[in-house]
Amino acid sequence: MENFEYFAPDSLDALPGLLSRKRERTMVLAGGTDLLDMLKERIVKPEKVINLKGIAGLKGIQHGEGVRIGALTTIAEIAADAGLKREYTVLAQAARSIATPQLRNMGTLGGNLCQRPRCWYFRGREYVCLKKGGSKCFAPEGLNKYNAIIGGGPSFIVHPSDSAPALQALQATVHTFGPQGEDSIPMDEFFELPIDNLRAENVLEPNEIITAVSIPKPAPGTRSAYIKFREKQSLDFAISSVAAVLEMEGSRVRDLRIVLGGVAPIPWRSQVAEDELRGKKLSDETIRRAAEAAVSEAQPLSQNRYKITLTRNLVARTLRQLAAQG
Amino acid sequence: MAKWKSLKDMSILSTAYPRLDGMDKVTGRARYSSDVRPAGMLYGRLLTSPYPAAKVVDIDVSRAAKLAGVHVILTNLLEGKAVRYAGQPVAAVAADTPEIAADAVDLIRVKYEKLPFAADLDSAMQEGAPRVFSDRENIVAARRPTQKGDVDAGFAAADVVVEATYRTQVQTHSCLETHGSMVEWKGEDLYVYDSTQGVHSVREGLAKNLGISPTQVHVICEHMGGGFGSKLQPGFYTAHAARLAKKAGRPVQLMLTRKQDFLSAGNRPDSLQKLKLGAKKDGSLVAFSGTTWGTAGIGRGARVRQPFIYEIPNVYAEHHDVYTNAGAARAFRAPGCPQASFAMEQLLDEVAEKLNMDPLDLRLKNETNATRRKEWKIGAEKIGWQRRRKTPGSDSGPVKRGLGLGASIWWPGGRGTRATMTVFPDGKVEIRCGTQDIGTGTRTIVAAIAAEELGIGLEMIRPLIGQSDFPYSGGSGGSTTAPSVAPAIKNTSEKAKAKLAEIASGFFGASAEDIIFENGRVYMDKSRKKSMSWQEICQLLETQPLTVHGEWVEGLSSAGVAGCQFAEVAVDTETGAIRVEKVVAVADCGLVLDRLTTESQVNGAVIQGVSYALYENRLMDPITGTMINADFENYKIAGALEVPEIEVVLFDEPERGVIGIGEPPTIPTSAAIANAVYNAIGVRLRSLPMTPDRVLDALDAQPVTRKED
Ligand SMILES: Cc1cc2nc3c(=O)[nH]c(=O)nc-3n(C[C@H](O)[C@H](O)[C@H](O)COP(=O)(O)OP(=O)(O)OC[C@H]3O[C@@H](n4cnc5c(N)ncnc54)[C@H](O)[C@@H]3O)c2cc1C
Repeated sequence: MENFEYFAPDSLDALPGLLSRKRERTMVLAGGTDLLDMLKERIVKPEKVINLKGIAGLKGIQHGEGVRIGALTTIAEIAADAGLKREYTVLAQAARSIATPQLRNMGTLGGNLCQRPRCWYFRGREYVCLKKGGSKCFAPEGLNKYNAIIGGGPSFIVHPSDSAPALQALQATVHTFGPQGEDSIPMDEFFELPIDNLRAENVLEPNEIITAVSIPKPAPGTRSAYIKFREKQSLDFAISSVAAVLEMEGSRVRDLRIVLGGVAPIPWRSQVAEDELRGKKLSDETIRRAAEAAVSEAQPLSQNRYKITLTRNLVARTLRQLAAQG
Repeated sequence: MAKWKSLKDMSILSTAYPRLDGMDKVTGRARYSSDVRPAGMLYGRLLTSPYPAAKVVDIDVSRAAKLAGVHVILTNLLEGKAVRYAGQPVAAVAADTPEIAADAVDLIRVKYEKLPFAADLDSAMQEGAPRVFSDRENIVAARRPTQKGDVDAGFAAADVVVEATYRTQVQTHSCLETHGSMVEWKGEDLYVYDSTQGVHSVREGLAKNLGISPTQVHVICEHMGGGFGSKLQPGFYTAHAARLAKKAGRPVQLMLTRKQDFLSAGNRPDSLQKLKLGAKKDGSLVAFSGTTWGTAGIGRGARVRQPFIYEIPNVYAEHHDVYTNAGAARAFRAPGCPQASFAMEQLLDEVAEKLNMDPLDLRLKNETNATRRKEWKIGAEKIGWQRRRKTPGSDSGPVKRGLGLGASIWWPGGRGTRATMTVFPDGKVEIRCGTQDIGTGTRTIVAAIAAEELGIGLEMIRPLIGQSDFPYSGGSGGSTTAPSVAPAIKNTSEKAKAKLAEIASGFFGASAEDIIFENGRVYMDKSRKKSMSWQEICQLLETQPLTVHGEWVEGLSSAGVAGCQFAEVAVDTETGAIRVEKVVAVADCGLVLDRLTTESQVNGAVIQGVSYALYENRLMDPITGTMINADFENYKIAGALEVPEIEVVLFDEPERGVIGIGEPPTIPTSAAIANAVYNAIGVRLRSLPMTPDRVLDALDAQPVTRKED
């Protein structure tokens, strides 16, 4: 890794003075499970690294009308929280599916949402890909079995976060802090496609940070689940995942949210799939149609057509599992 | 001829006892090459080519040389100026810290003239493909094809013939400890702490490379973190380290980075196999023909050992190595065999299906090895072979189960090893033998054999191994270590015993032949009327320790290994995930020296086989010609959660003495899994690894209703 200046402020007020508006000049450090790799591989070369862990008030899970989770809360704490497991099952399950026990103990929620893509061309030093200022995305002509099937172009990364689809399905809000003070961004508006923003995956300004995420209290009759498919069970990112939150009214789906992970450059909310089920009963037929709709927007690259089949089956499996909870 | 005592007379050998250095390893006391850090040691680091084919035009080290803490930079690592694979070493640096060394490497400016490349088998085989070596074709002409009988007549006489094409991938050794050495010059002598499978081969090779006498080179390997064949030869990194150290006048440690290890330190070649097999109605195999290709990168040795274990009257098999712009292959656990097994065992199952015959019956019909004939039956019973689906893919529901099988084979036996034993007057016994323990438990069996022979406890023995200054033993490869080392240790122990028996006979006034060594005592004869303790007889040595020399002798080991495995899998047809639920591994193991370490070898081999079957794959980027997954995130290896239940059956035939066990049990695993997958889903996967994308693509390619053809 290259040399940088290191800061460990103990209050938010110090941040505006430390963080640059220029991307890549300054970076914040939470658990470091992603940033350290990026530094060591010299994918990023910031002048300053600012450790957030000394700042009070950014940690912990508060249950009330809904729940508020501090950005520095670890993934392990989220996975273990009884209240989350009970009422926000999709999030607890997503957290539990992340990486390994060691990484869950170090990794934080803020870091999980802001982690950088895993695409091997992005992570490999020798590939000057589009996202690193190069002239082309290597994936379409290259090795693309893990790349995007939906929403890709000009870059075909997939968003690696497991917590993000769950939070988006739960209609969470991201709370931020920057030079202008505090702000809130709904999860539906937090992530950005490569077509809108090539150098980052979300709308945060380089001098803003996430302070917390809040989730509204689920309506009565809510069921939720997260199903993640990975090539191996020990330490692996999602090839495709499904976060589903269903608000049931008797046997009818009053409202729902289906968000896909691992298939698009952002967590992909599949409104077309939701439309197939809203107001309807869960049956083999409606589930089949929703699953079909979820992949109707897919445009595979040369080696990832299987992700369409996979995602279709995962959506159906998730919905069948939730239907069985009735 | 020498003989082992019978199993019932053994008190240590053939039982289960823990390895002697287990505690040292789990507590971190064990010293590996990179733990040896003498005062003043520098850290070496290699600069490697990012391009698969290029000419080095210029190397500018001016900025790197100015960096504080940089001691030496070498720029002459390439013979000639040609780069032939991405990851090939170009320059080397030695600096005060690993960080400075890495920074220095980054500051070296190399000007390359990029050249067209062919970094994988398919592109190298294409017509007009860029040549890896300008003076040679990429596809090497077949040398000495295997020919037997009359293949055309054989096929003409066959009742069924199946033709199919199979592919296997490049697998990297992925040793937990990367390749590397710590070297230190002391005067004219070079001390090398190396992560190696062959202290003697490193000594000879390094001496030659550096133009010095082997007597000046001292190679030491106390412990090492995995080799699997990739650490048999002297390392280029060791020679570079020695040059850096000479120039710096300081010791140098040079460990490859993980990425360099993936790119330049060996691999198992891939294969493309076009095979054809014919059989009679009764299942007897009558003809085989096959053409295979495989790449060992810029090296050679991708041969696929077809037709594998099968004795077929009419055979034609030819193989072509194919050069690619990729790191050279090295020996890898049973070279040439897992590839052959994956293809041939599936081909046999395809023939069995056409004959409407149980695959096991087809094996038994053609089995020529008496040991394996028994093993097939044991394995079938343990896995519950009768549960195999009569109609493949017939389970209801999305998760389908199936059973499959595969055979293993191996050839080498033991050879020339020497050892020295010194019995000290305090009763302690030291053995010196220039073998090395690559994690298989060699150190432990060296001590155990001596203890067994002398009738004393393991704690009395100090096994000293892993030094080229010790008596000669070969490299730990080819599953030759135990059959080579064990007889030598027994022979040496016998010689010590004979000398001690002479002393005892004088003391007891009895005949030396009658003296018995047992339970830490020395008895006058069978009557056991008179005896003294081991310590007492050793005290009779007074001030002169007793030293004897021994060597490998015939009769205690043999060659030839047969085995088989059965796998049960569950395939999720909605996700394409294959879960190996159970593997029964029947391992031919002659005389078992230590049940624990033997079982460990089989477990490890099966796990590596599962990993080969389902996960591992070196992927070459077609755009840049570099390995894109040279890290443990994207080069996927079976982890704890991927390991199936493994039932190890040690099929021991002690009368055959010691045979090799390390390699053969990794051979059949991928084949057994592949056959089980077919039994589960009714679709054949003819390419490794069997990843979810391939499973789903294969299922998607199926016509909705299956036709009989
Ligand atoms: C081997 C491995 C496997 C993994 N598997 C998974 C997986 O299965 N699923 C998954 O979702 N993730 C996975 N991860 C990714 C990830 O590292 C973790 O999930 C973790 O949550 C990241 O949090 P962190 O606190 O360590 O982030 P850091 O490394 O500290 O930061 C990551 C990024 O976010 C930024 N950042 C951190 N906190 C904030 C904040 N509060 N506001 C603004 N920006 C911030 C940093 O500047 C940096 O760019 C894996 C990582 C590894 C190394």
